[in-house]
Amino acid sequence: MKKNWAYILLVPGAVLLITFLFIPLLSVILPTFTKNGSISFGQYIDYFRDDYFIKILIRTLRVSIIASLICMILGVPTAYFISRVSKKTRGLLMVLATFPTLTNAVVRAFAWMSILGKNGVINKALIYFGFIKEPLEILYTEQAIIIGTVYLFLPMMIISLVGVMENINPELVQAAESLGANKIKAFFKVVFPLSLPGLIVGTVLVFTGALTAYTTPQLLGGNKNTVLVTLIYQKTMTLGDWSGAAVVATIMIFITLIVMKSINSLAARLDRRVS
Amino acid sequence: MKKNKFLTGFVILVYFFLFAPLVIIAVTSFGDSEVVAFPPSGFSLRWFANVFNSETFMRTLVFSLEIAIIATLIALIIGIPAAYALSRGNYKGKAIIKSFFLSPLIIPGVVVGFALFRYLTVKLEFSIFASLLIGHTIVIIPYIIRVVGSSLEGFDYAIEEAAMSLGCTKLKTFFKVVLPNITSGVIAAFMLAFINSFNNVPVSIFLTGPGVSTLPISMMSYVEYNYDPTVSALSLILMVLTILIMFIVEKTLGINNMSK
Repeated sequence: MKKNWAYILLVPGAVLLITFLFIPLLSVILPTFTKNGSISFGQYIDYFRDDYFIKILIRTLRVSIIASLICMILGVPTAYFISRVSKKTRGLLMVLATFPTLTNAVVRAFAWMSILGKNGVINKALIYFGFIKEPLEILYTEQAIIIGTVYLFLPMMIISLVGVMENINPELVQAAESLGANKIKAFFKVVFPLSLPGLIVGTVLVFTGALTAYTTPQLLGGNKNTVLVTLIYQKTMTLGDWSGAAVVATIMIFITLIVMKSINSLAARLDRRVS
Repeated sequence: MKKNKFLTGFVILVYFFLFAPLVIIAVTSFGDSEVVAFPPSGFSLRWFANVFNSETFMRTLVFSLEIAIIATLIALIIGIPAAYALSRGNYKGKAIIKSFFLSPLIIPGVVVGFALFRYLTVKLEFSIFASLLIGHTIVIIPYIIRVVGSSLEGFDYAIEEAAMSLGCTKLKTFFKVVLPNITSGVIAAFMLAFINSFNNVPVSIFLTGPGVSTLPISMMSYVEYNYDPTVSALSLILMVLTILIMFIVEKTLGINNMSK
């Protein structure tokens, strides 16, 4: 009896997730592996032979990779700065970084529509200062999706990095500097290796977030720049191709799992090297 | 540490990047022209009037609030006991059970939406309200488990043991001792789950239907065909509400605990 209480408390949640998440998922995924009643990968082979699908797959991965890299480049110095300021300033900067993540994705994408659009802030400024005569095509491009995705997930990168960096003893950096390392060298030799766990958590969040975001590619990418997520929606709602959507959904689950597994195993390898 | 001017400048630019778009939206909502324009020409409050006079926005706002509040309450009722069992229990397979409860976080939202659309809406013919409620509850349960769980980690088990050794039953101990001590964690979990449900697009986009929609979805279809500052005004209202929620969380728990 003593041990059973834990299981009893877990039952309602388990029932909910099994009935309304795993059974629906399996009922979508399993049929994609059958054809005329027997097991078959035919649907997947067809998809990976289809140039249009491969183009979308590569675009999705490209957007996610570039957005993750930009988030790293912007996030690492910012997080380092935040982790070194006084506790009060750090708290304020963290609250400020959290705010956009709690703001509706539609609001955030809409903000970028009004910046990148034909009559947007950037085009107006460029025309005003005489750099261009005709407005540039920035909205409804892949670049627009990348900008919007970086905007969505940069705070998560910063937050996960600060969580690790604020626990690095500043005396380590001072020690490195007093032994002759300059600031940049001290950062890369001391701080950076120690903050890898935060960087890895941040990268997983950004990459999988970028891969699975719906609002941003839909509003900033337009019709020409379909990614996997918008493809699932189009197939389901516009084309009525439910079995196709199921195949794409299954591929997405696999990509997410592969990415998380490989980044985590990379993390484990790096961890061993550092220690 | 000596302040590095280059680094300071870099961080200022990053924060400019994070906030300029939101400031631009806020400013354009007071503009007078028919399209979103920055810098705005003239001053007008009519876009705010537009928001409150819009039957669609008001109806979907109420609907979104209903879904978010009920889904969050269900998720709390189911999630708190589970978080407690995951933090205090000592049994086989705990790690696996925990990742099972956090699994909605790793399954892409659109995939959850698509699967529920096929299974609940099409196959079982659930109503839009019921499907949305279930979809949102599933998506926000991991947040409850994590936030309440970390709050429980910080609460000393010895106090519970003391209560039980003095004759309190397990159930009584939970309500008299544990729950009052994790209130701030529960409030933070409520807020985080509420915001995530209220803002959800990927699951809702599959489960909403003609006439019955959540606010983010109706905003999305609005901006796909209109380009006037009504959505700017609505965005500003939502931002102010978000600030209010953040303020409450900051006062109860500290916002930095919420984002972990």
